[in-house]
Amino acid sequence: MSMSSALTLPPDETRRSGFFSRILSSDPPRSWVLSLILLAILLVLAATPFLFSGSQPLSTAAKICVFIVLVASYDLLLGYSGIVSFAHTMFFGIGGYGIAIALEQIEPTWASAGIGLVAALALSAVLAAAIGLLSLRVRAIFFSMITLAVASAVAVLASQMSEITGGEDGLSFQLPFELRPAFRPLEDQLFGVTVNGRILAYYLIFFVALFVFLLLLRIVNSPFGRVLQAIRENEFRAEALGYRVVAYRTAASVLSALAATVAGALMALWLRYNGPDTTLSFSIMIDILLMVVIGGMGTMYGAVIGATLFVLAQSYLQVLMAAGSEALEGIPILPILIHPDRWLLWLGALFIISVYAFPGGIVGRLRQAKQ
Amino acid sequence: MIEPLLKLSDVHTHVGPYHILHGVYFDIPEGELTMLLGRNGAGKTTTLRTIMGLWKASSGEIRFGEKDITAMSTPDIARSGIAYVPESMGIFTDLTVRENIVLAARSGPVDSARLDWILGLLPALKRFWNLPAGNLSGGQKQMLAIARAIAEPRRLLLVDEPTKGLAPVMVRSMIEAFKALKAAGETILLVEQSFYAASALGDNVLVMDDGRIVHSGAMSDLVADKALQQRLLGLSLDAHQ
Repeated sequence: MSMSSALTLPPDETRRSGFFSRILSSDPPRSWVLSLILLAILLVLAATPFLFSGSQPLSTAAKICVFIVLVASYDLLLGYSGIVSFAHTMFFGIGGYGIAIALEQIEPTWASAGIGLVAALALSAVLAAAIGLLSLRVRAIFFSMITLAVASAVAVLASQMSEITGGEDGLSFQLPFELRPAFRPLEDQLFGVTVNGRILAYYLIFFVALFVFLLLLRIVNSPFGRVLQAIRENEFRAEALGYRVVAYRTAASVLSALAATVAGALMALWLRYNGPDTTLSFSIMIDILLMVVIGGMGTMYGAVIGATLFVLAQSYLQVLMAAGSEALEGIPILPILIHPDRWLLWLGALFIISVYAFPGGIVGRLRQAKQ
Repeated sequence: MIEPLLKLSDVHTHVGPYHILHGVYFDIPEGELTMLLGRNGAGKTTTLRTIMGLWKASSGEIRFGEKDITAMSTPDIARSGIAYVPESMGIFTDLTVRENIVLAARSGPVDSARLDWILGLLPALKRFWNLPAGNLSGGQKQMLAIARAIAEPRRLLLVDEPTKGLAPVMVRSMIEAFKALKAAGETILLVEQSFYAASALGDNVLVMDDGRIVHSGAMSDLVADKALQQRLLGLSLDAHQ
């Protein structure tokens, strides 16, 4: 090979140095509007206990944190790897049951929670690897069907094994003492708020969710993530470069399952309860799909936008509609149309409009606008 | 006698119900550029895909160096040292030019001297280094596909119709790039429709028809023998010019 005189290699403009760039794995939001929205979500979530009173805002914020992790982990599969799995709630459920069973059956301590989480992570990893190795060789549609079948079987199993899982009633349990409402780490109020175990539980969820999200961002921007994107675009080309497609897809499935398991554990910790309806339900799977599509597939930031919008709509659309219905009383038809009982109809309509208006998701649209 | 780098013996390939390759025999000598010519549907692309394991040979033997690669998986064949540039360019449009090249270097970061050499060979890529590969023109995509194939030292390059659909100026750039690769001692099996490009590049030539090799020899002999050209490439000769 003859070498030419040394050329100056073009710099990789996508890799900028700096603290924030490193934190974001050199994958910034690439749109000012998007950056501002994400920053606003981060700040509001970080300050929720001090900004809003009452339990509903805190519960909504905790649910947003959990769903950001869950949706981001699903996007690693769907958006980055092109894998359509219906078993994601199964791993979410395993995380929830891991914590619930350990805290209920052993004792409500940190050690039990740790044991439950590690056992759940191990089970999820084994299941995800087994499903991946056995079924990721077949065509995409068959893989999806297999995941649907396995997820349904696990949901039935969780209902049937009522002695361990609590069956349809689920399991209520106590948290470690430091996370209970009665625990007061500070004698004085902080910014006018009494800090208790509930707020500590919220911050535990917030910081773990932030950490897992940044970890997922690092994974999709690593060489491993690039191979996944290449496989998503054309698996034969990736194979012709020497990449073992099944191994990479299985690894992506396992990583995604582990993150979903952590999300399930966080959900159970927040609710102090786990049951089929809160983590294993197929309707949660549909919600996750919608959040991924609305936020934007193939971008981790889409998970943040999608989860925030969806959970906010789920929590507050009914309230908003009730207020609107009252305000419009006296006008024909309109108050009936926006009666709070029809909130699901309007939620559905909103999603159809947003998917139609933003086929690349909100993040895709904002980035496109910048270009 | 020097052992060929690649040897196909009585290779048959079926794609679905169709019998495409009917007993292909040929040798690819190391350090030379061999052209694979033939009309559309003769089996050229199938031959390359069969060598790469993308379509499995139903019978026969493919030897690469000392190894029998007939039944090996595509990733293992690639790892053994064969790079493949498919007809459809085979780049990843969502990734940047840089990421496409880095992706091809499985064993670690691309050696900077080698990258200098590649960008010297295909200078157009340097300008689009951080752009998504989907934004490139057809010719630039083809250059990227070749750059990716040589990002790591490989023992054999399989290239499928690199000049197809390109403007004459791009065809000339491509020919220059292959001449430089040849001068660097790369072993190349190149499928080509353009006889102009083939005659400018080839050391050896194989002509396929109906899933079989119907001629093999030195390229210079085919270039000099108009009657042979007419007989072998006859009906499609105009297309080959």
